[in-house]
Amino acid sequence: MNSGMNAGAGAATGSETDELAATARSVFADHPAEVSDGLPAPLWSTLTELGLVQLSLPEEAGGSGGTLADLAALLLVAGEATAPVPLAETELAGWLLHSAGLAVPSGVLAVAWDTGVSGAGAALDVRAESDGGYSVSGQLTRVGWARAATRLAVLATGPDGTDVVLSVDPSAAGVALTEGTNLAGEPRDDVRLDLPIAEADCAAAPEGTRELLVRRAALSRALLLAGAAVRALAGSVRYAGERVQFGRPIAKFQAIQQQLALAAAEVSAGRAAAEAAARIAAAGDVAGPDAGFAIAVAKARTSEAAGVIARIAHQVHGAIGFTLEHDLRLATTRLWAWREEDGSDAHWHAVIARRVLAEGADGLWPLLTRAS
Amino acid sequence: MSTAAERDLAQTLALPSVGLAPETEELRAEVREFLAKARAEGRFVPRCDVWLSGWDERFSRELGARGWLGMTLPTEYGGHGRTALDRYVVTEELLAAGAPVAAHWVADRQIGPSLLRFGTEEQKQRYLPRIAAGECYFGIGMSEPDSGSDLASVRTRATRVDGGWQLTGTKVWTSGAHHAHAFFALARSEPVQDGNRHAGLSQFLVELNSPGIQINPIRLLTGAHHFNEVVLDGVFVPDGLVLGEIGAGWHQVTSELAFERSGPERFLSTFPLLVALVDELSRAGESALGSSGLRELGALVSRVWTLRRLSLGIAASLSSGVAADVPAAMVKDLGTRYESEVIDAARLLVSIPPDPGAESGFARLLADAVLHAPGFTLRGGTNEILRGVVARGLGLR
Repeated sequence: MNSGMNAGAGAATGSETDELAATARSVFADHPAEVSDGLPAPLWSTLTELGLVQLSLPEEAGGSGGTLADLAALLLVAGEATAPVPLAETELAGWLLHSAGLAVPSGVLAVAWDTGVSGAGAALDVRAESDGGYSVSGQLTRVGWARAATRLAVLATGPDGTDVVLSVDPSAAGVALTEGTNLAGEPRDDVRLDLPIAEADCAAAPEGTRELLVRRAALSRALLLAGAAVRALAGSVRYAGERVQFGRPIAKFQAIQQQLALAAAEVSAGRAAAEAAARIAAAGDVAGPDAGFAIAVAKARTSEAAGVIARIAHQVHGAIGFTLEHDLRLATTRLWAWREEDGSDAHWHAVIARRVLAEGADGLWPLLTRAS
Repeated sequence: MSTAAERDLAQTLALPSVGLAPETEELRAEVREFLAKARAEGRFVPRCDVWLSGWDERFSRELGARGWLGMTLPTEYGGHGRTALDRYVVTEELLAAGAPVAAHWVADRQIGPSLLRFGTEEQKQRYLPRIAAGECYFGIGMSEPDSGSDLASVRTRATRVDGGWQLTGTKVWTSGAHHAHAFFALARSEPVQDGNRHAGLSQFLVELNSPGIQINPIRLLTGAHHFNEVVLDGVFVPDGLVLGEIGAGWHQVTSELAFERSGPERFLSTFPLLVALVDELSRAGESALGSSGLRELGALVSRVWTLRRLSLGIAASLSSGVAADVPAAMVKDLGTRYESEVIDAARLLVSIPPDPGAESGFARLLADAVLHAPGFTLRGGTNEILRGVVARGLGLR
């Protein structure tokens, strides 16, 4: 590897963020990257001790008080390590609970939101109770890591049509969990809710919470994708250097070189989009239109890149990469799973296009250059 | 999985994520206002691939007068001492508007910086102020009939004579040589020894009105005259017009490639067509577009937004002295393919056939884009060569 090109690394972030990323890197390197039957407890407790869980939650709420830039750096590293831990989910749930003024419990948290608006299409039926709480019934689908969660943060449309945040105890009567997974074997559980939620566990969601939640989720996923993409490429480059056919490493064949160069360009593009979106969101207002557009692009571009990178990685690896015994799948199954989660490229491309059409031809270039 | 290898790779690919300073954004607003006015007054019609085809010396001089050329050159040489990102913003505004920038393009992009880095004091004094004023235009004399991607095989010979060098050979694809004042010619000043083809090459600053030069047009498949063959028949170049050091030509030429490969011209050549496409689509409305068309449009915009971020990151790296050859090669590969993807989408989403005879509008922009597209992935290093550069950066070769 050419170390002469390394000087640009981390130039976008402060040294504290770099240190944090280095710490996270070494922690992940010390732990196997398999999704086991449950949460890898030693890894999770180490992350917790180091303050990497709830990294960007304010200290007074029990978090580490880090910035959004810190969180972005952590997620990029977690994605690259294909770390089998719900860092992103727990962080998102913590943010949601805290933004509504609810307590943020320690441990793994899961987050979910209903998909519909008030009335028709809503997956959750939320009714006001006389004691000031709510009763909630309905189905939440494919909730990340719900089985491991000590608390479930739910954003739902309340009885009056405005959003409420509910802090749900998954061990309570009236919560039924059906385990499922995504393509990478990460827990994606369906959760059936049919229970009352006490007033202390309910709060009105501040205006704009839903959009913010969607954006934060998409940005987190984009960063994880950008990280996993690096791992798939790095593994492929390494394998191409080791695998000998026709008397030489397959890396020496131009056909292989050209494919890996295409994959590397996709890795760089996805990473640039995700990092730019994180920077724009961190520097300004996550709720603003610039961050919204940047995050849409970040998730779209990383998702688009994911398929290309995974395809080339597997082609370079040959049949061995297609087996359970090889760890390439840790990266590629996540690329395939995550490109669909928190909005696929198809979803975000449509969002981007609607914005483009609304701005019109004269607005296109200003739209592309607005966020500096 | 070797995490050390991953880390190296991640760092090889790492670029700063750049935010632009408020004064840079003010500059953008000025340029944008100027361009809107110029366009409204009919001083230019937006075109695709303007940095090859939009030769307009009056326009270049006006940009020079406004301080928008030679921006990064020091003020003592008529430049403006601005940052690379200031220049970037001016350049991308001009390209996005489809404004005619071909006359000054080569001089502003690479001749000025090369002269500043490798030129003598006399050369700097002589050329840089005129470059910054938009009055002095240059070509590039690298390719030859038998030397394309394999640049080190150039056969133009520089022979030592009294007081200078005598150049004999043929250069091709020299854009704008029939209008330009001078070009940088890469020539072999010493025969290849011990198989080291990169040694013994030198760069010469050749005034194109010198005796012994013949310039012949090479017409593009559109019929337009931008390219030339420049035949050098014993052309005398005084010692004072040697660029940099004799024998250091290869190093000098390749050290500037990252600048040449990563700029916004590597993904904005068809941007005026994208604007025309959005114009057609936004007037027809979302329902006429359909869901797959909507996604197609979104994908194009997502890609160009990302390319710009990559390109800005490289500009920032380069201006802080960090090499970025590998990311630059990636931008050019991704960007030039993207330029053609705009054509594909425009064809699919709007049923207006290309018309090279139209004065302006979608049909003309599409025609120009289709006919110019083969050049996008060839000039400045073919995409296959660029992927080879990336592969080397990945440690594969």
